[in-house]
Amino acid sequence: MADINVKVNGIAVSVPKGTTVLEAAHKAGVDIPTFCYMKEINEIGACRICMVEVNEGRGFRLVASCVYPLAFDNTEIRTNSPKVLDSRRKTLELILSTHDRKCLSCVRSGRCELQALCNEMGIEDETNYEGEKQVYEIDNSAAHMYRDNNKCILCRRCVAACSKWQGVGVIGANERGFKTNIGSAFEMGLGETSCVACGQCIAVCPVGALSEKDYVEDVFAAIADQSKHVIVQTAPAVRAALGEEFGYPIGTNVEGKMAAALRRLGFDEVFDTDWGADLTIMEEATEFVDRFQNGGKLPLITSCSPGWVKYCEHYFPEMTDNLSTCKSPHQMLGAVAKTYYAEKLGIKPEDMVVVSIMPCTAKKFEIGRDDENAAGVPDVDYVLTTRELARMIRRAGLKFTALPDEDFDNPLGLSAGAGDIFGATGGVMEAALRTAYCWLTGKNEEVVEFHEVRGVDGIKRASIDVNGTEIKVAVASGLANAKELLKKVESGEEKVDFIEIMGCPGGCVNGGGQPQQPASVRNFEDIRVLRAKALYDEDAAKSLRLSHLNSDVQKLYEEYLEKPGSHRAHEILHTSYVKRSVN
Amino acid sequence: MATKKTVPFNGTAEQQEKLMAVIAAHKDDPGALMPVLQQAQEIYGYLPIEVQKIISNEMDIPMEKIYGVVTFYAQFSLYPKGKYNISVCLGTACYVKGSGDIYDKLQEVLGIAGGECTADGKFSLEACRCIGACGLAPVLTVNEDVHGRLTVDDVEKILAQYE
Amino acid sequence: MKSLQEIQEICEVMHPELALRLEGSEHASSKYEKHVLICGGTGCTSSGSPAIEKALHEEIDKCGLHDKVQVVKTGCFGLCALGPIMIVYPEGTFYSRITAENIPQVVQEHLIGGNPVKELLYDETVTDEGIKSLKETSFYKKQHRVALRNCGNINPECIDEYIGRDGYKALAKVVKEMTPEDVIQTVLDSGLRGRGGGGFPTGKKWQLARTIVPDADQKYVCCNADEGDPGAFMDRSVLEGDPHVVLEAMAIAGYAIGATQGYIYVRAEYPIAVQRLQIAIGQAREYGVLGKNIFGSGFDFDIDLRLGAGAFVCGEETALMTSIEGNRGEPRPRPPFPAEKGLYQKPTILNNVETYANIPQIILNGAEWFASMGTEKSKGTKVFALGGKIKNTGLVEVPMGTTLREVIEEIGGGIPNGKKFKAAQTGGPSGGCISAENFDIPIDYDNLISIGSMMGSGGLIVMDEDNCMVDIAKFFLEFTVDESCGKCTPCRIGTKRMYEMLDKITKGNATLEDLDKLEELCYYIKANSLCGLGQTAPNPVLSTLKNFRAEYETHVVDKKCPAGVCKDLLMFSIDPEKCVGCGLCAKNCPVSAISQGDYTAPGKKRAAYIIDTTKCVKCGACMDNCRPHAISKG
Repeated sequence: MADINVKVNGIAVSVPKGTTVLEAAHKAGVDIPTFCYMKEINEIGACRICMVEVNEGRGFRLVASCVYPLAFDNTEIRTNSPKVLDSRRKTLELILSTHDRKCLSCVRSGRCELQALCNEMGIEDETNYEGEKQVYEIDNSAAHMYRDNNKCILCRRCVAACSKWQGVGVIGANERGFKTNIGSAFEMGLGETSCVACGQCIAVCPVGALSEKDYVEDVFAAIADQSKHVIVQTAPAVRAALGEEFGYPIGTNVEGKMAAALRRLGFDEVFDTDWGADLTIMEEATEFVDRFQNGGKLPLITSCSPGWVKYCEHYFPEMTDNLSTCKSPHQMLGAVAKTYYAEKLGIKPEDMVVVSIMPCTAKKFEIGRDDENAAGVPDVDYVLTTRELARMIRRAGLKFTALPDEDFDNPLGLSAGAGDIFGATGGVMEAALRTAYCWLTGKNEEVVEFHEVRGVDGIKRASIDVNGTEIKVAVASGLANAKELLKKVESGEEKVDFIEIMGCPGGCVNGGGQPQQPASVRNFEDIRVLRAKALYDEDAAKSLRLSHLNSDVQKLYEEYLEKPGSHRAHEILHTSYVKRSVN
Repeated sequence: MATKKTVPFNGTAEQQEKLMAVIAAHKDDPGALMPVLQQAQEIYGYLPIEVQKIISNEMDIPMEKIYGVVTFYAQFSLYPKGKYNISVCLGTACYVKGSGDIYDKLQEVLGIAGGECTADGKFSLEACRCIGACGLAPVLTVNEDVHGRLTVDDVEKILAQYE
Repeated sequence: MKSLQEIQEICEVMHPELALRLEGSEHASSKYEKHVLICGGTGCTSSGSPAIEKALHEEIDKCGLHDKVQVVKTGCFGLCALGPIMIVYPEGTFYSRITAENIPQVVQEHLIGGNPVKELLYDETVTDEGIKSLKETSFYKKQHRVALRNCGNINPECIDEYIGRDGYKALAKVVKEMTPEDVIQTVLDSGLRGRGGGGFPTGKKWQLARTIVPDADQKYVCCNADEGDPGAFMDRSVLEGDPHVVLEAMAIAGYAIGATQGYIYVRAEYPIAVQRLQIAIGQAREYGVLGKNIFGSGFDFDIDLRLGAGAFVCGEETALMTSIEGNRGEPRPRPPFPAEKGLYQKPTILNNVETYANIPQIILNGAEWFASMGTEKSKGTKVFALGGKIKNTGLVEVPMGTTLREVIEEIGGGIPNGKKFKAAQTGGPSGGCISAENFDIPIDYDNLISIGSMMGSGGLIVMDEDNCMVDIAKFFLEFTVDESCGKCTPCRIGTKRMYEMLDKITKGNATLEDLDKLEELCYYIKANSLCGLGQTAPNPVLSTLKNFRAEYETHVVDKKCPAGVCKDLLMFSIDPEKCVGCGLCAKNCPVSAISQGDYTAPGKKRAAYIIDTTKCVKCGACMDNCRPHAISKG
């Protein structure tokens, strides 16, 4: 559409007709605060915090900048007039009148969008509109998170993430008017619903209403317990986002400082889930080649993402046979640590504590699943999200930015570049294909990059020719996309041999346990792209880029598991699934 | 978190058949949820979890979305009205004369909360605003009958009249 | 399916029949000597008209009158307060508040004997000069019925009667003789503005919907029949009394904008209206005035009903569409306006029932005819639902520009019990209270807005000196708080806080600073809310603050409610000179706040009773039971 010229606080800017006031202001270098607005999935104009004055020739009036399309040349916009600021303050004061205002003990304090804006707007009396408040019970029924409606500002970002991105829709607005609240059908606890534990709702929540179950203190206690050997592992996506908590630009890889921090926190050994990823490739590629060549159940679908696995069990129970039986990489690492490695060290598995640092909240659910206990004890004891690790580092008083870069410990710390890219959508597929290609062609050390499966598109498809055999693959991230793909596969409309599905849009880099970026960043930057780049860069810079060439993984097979897909490998590295209902 | 209690569900196969026919009739209609809920309420008298679940499964709409719609509109009810609907006046005059205690006692005796209905479908209970019978305070009504000048001890006697 | 010619033939047959019901018409020529019209609207139905209809049929059977007398169940006549209503044509005699027991007498004396039963007639029609017809009463005289022209005149369940009143003639004219652009131009020229609230020019709305998305594959015509203002029922009356007019107008709108599908969103609380609409749609499809290839023109149009489920906000256009789509009835931001992205994101027009009811007449009589009525910027007529402290509660239709005084004093018969007029509330929860100083202002869209109220859908509630303006504002706010959808912050929380502030005022706990804070909050909510509900919710408060500020201040400063409404500010006392010491007050006091004192007034046998104001809960039970009227409040 044609461009129009508008003025934002007197600054001239030219934008396509139909551009929102918010975007035009951004282009003019002016920030307008928003709560409810999330580009594409929550353009509802509900919170009214972004109201600005607009004059289209008939005088100034207040409009919601996030959804107001500019249509006329010479439109004038005021984003910081006394009237605008007064409205904004009143909106904040009204929100505060229904909020519990327990900032001092709130997990989001210091990182809360509401708190930050109150501070910016100079709110002097948080009780100005004191009146009746709805009081809600805190929902702690889910394994992975709390829901505290006493802090909820009803922006509905969580609802949009759950229904639009994830196609799950277990939370939504109930009742109406002053009694409106976010909840599940019949006030069920989240744990009773078919919530898949992805945590996208937490990632987008502007306040402390949604938060992961925090195990920082438990982990500190385990470290302090002299009788325990505490090992920690970190997922690939964590290193690509942890820096954000300490002021680094989005997409900074802080692997070295992270390893140093973990060591200083007192973990006995610092391992890398990337190692587990390489191991996963060995098993999964073997499983695929076996199913592909011997008429097994296809398509084979990856099982690294516990949010996806839970989704599959609830919503596509008849497809659980398509799921790879491979445990997810951190479970594999935990299982190996408590069997092979514990034997090596001569300690009992009960005396070993495995802590996984994950970009994911569904992993908190995963560690409690059946059949995830190779040594008779849970493979993994605690899952901390990236956010919890940051909290731990701050609590311990570590000056993160001043830490040296250090390496992971061996033997469960060495990894190929293929393991790094597990953190981005398409990464598992590419890693598996690299290895499968080598095996099927006999070119054991040739690194082939599969760019068709990279990028943040919701569904990606590719066809790979291996020695004249065509392998059809598909990659989906975000469960709404997964649903779309699987419906087609289920109906026979689409034929695929191998599918990678990640529960979160963009994969683990955008996981529900990653640092929360405020709306002001999310709406203008694609954090998925920035964080994924850090992982692809790491992969490209490595000389070891193929999982099957990881010498420590090879050693594990030689010394303990015999070969990929062996009986013992199945006992330790594979799991099983159940069928669940939809609620 | 306590899942909202509903009355034990006594839906018949015949009712379910009717509901399925309604859903089938609206299959290709994009805005079908409202008419389906309205007719479901006509069939069952209310919209308990079991009915919403059938609608959710058959129409492939998340149950939370259905529940959100049901709780938005005043005409949809999660509870059946009992054969006898008891309405306790909680207006000021009745309240100071102890209608709150009577309300509590009724909840205790009937084993339901306000707005709910007993499992046998006999009694439903609600609170109301002043019904203009302050001279008889505290009062309650059972369907059309007004009972006044009550004490907590009268509760069981009144209920007995409606056995 | 009926051809255009067949429909014209029905019209020719029905026309003289129906003319019998128009007093003095030369064209009247009926098979029957008398037409007895019984109101089957909601008001009269609940006051017993079905029993009357039954009794009448029985009596006619008994007396063998079916060849001579036709019984017609109609929609609302308008004078609901006098129901059940029965009118006998050709005389137009007006029976009010009759019962089934009266029927044999009416049949014998009037239908057979030719002498109306005077004592059963509406008293105003019985004069020294003889019996006046309904249309000569002061209630009807000043009215000008366009939207309501068929209400109370035809059987709404009979499409032939509608056709006999030139029904579907406008649709035929439109599809046969006019281009869509002609239709839109006619509606534009008529000056018709939306009767549902804001008064947006109807023709402009249609024009936008026709042109704004040139390549739209689907468009919709919606009818807002979700009338929710407390005290407004004109749309219900049209739907109950003349459902076909809405169908015809929607089809015309469909032709004008290029839509083939219509939806009527009607309140489920209007069962009679729903039923009549269902019958009407069925008949219209049978006659082919809805469906494929209407009148052989190639134009297709059909209508479906959608029932509301009890949410006032669904009267807001975007909320209504969200609701039809099967969601919580929450409004969407505008723009985009429905003309561009409405129902299912397709171009959509939404008009209310009364707006549509004007359309066929505009098409048939021309834009100039319509524009000749009303004021400069508000053309045509407006239907009001008169209620509150007024003698003739009911529906009236008057030309725009009629003054409040004419409506209230002349048509409405003034305020009963010799009380003084205090305010008129228009526009329901979105409107405001007009004080006596604006009694002579001509009522139209712009004038009402200039005095802080609005037309709204046309509820007009009259209040007298016994009404407290703060209490009225609180009443409307309580309604808004109950009906707010909860989506946007200003309305969800702001209206609740407004209500709490008003409550504080009525309890005597507020300060003058609170009044300023309340006013500020009002302006904030108006300017910041997402939809019309929130944007107008403060109007009842702002208009009363403006017109009756002194009354607010009395509550705040003197802690008194001058109208004697706000309980917490009332003080009940017993005049010892009047008290006879009977003790009935004490017996009826729910909190034992009354006891007998020592003083016995001269001439009284027993000592007077005294109220302990610290215990009194101000329920008024003592006052209601005091025979010598010794108890007062203030």
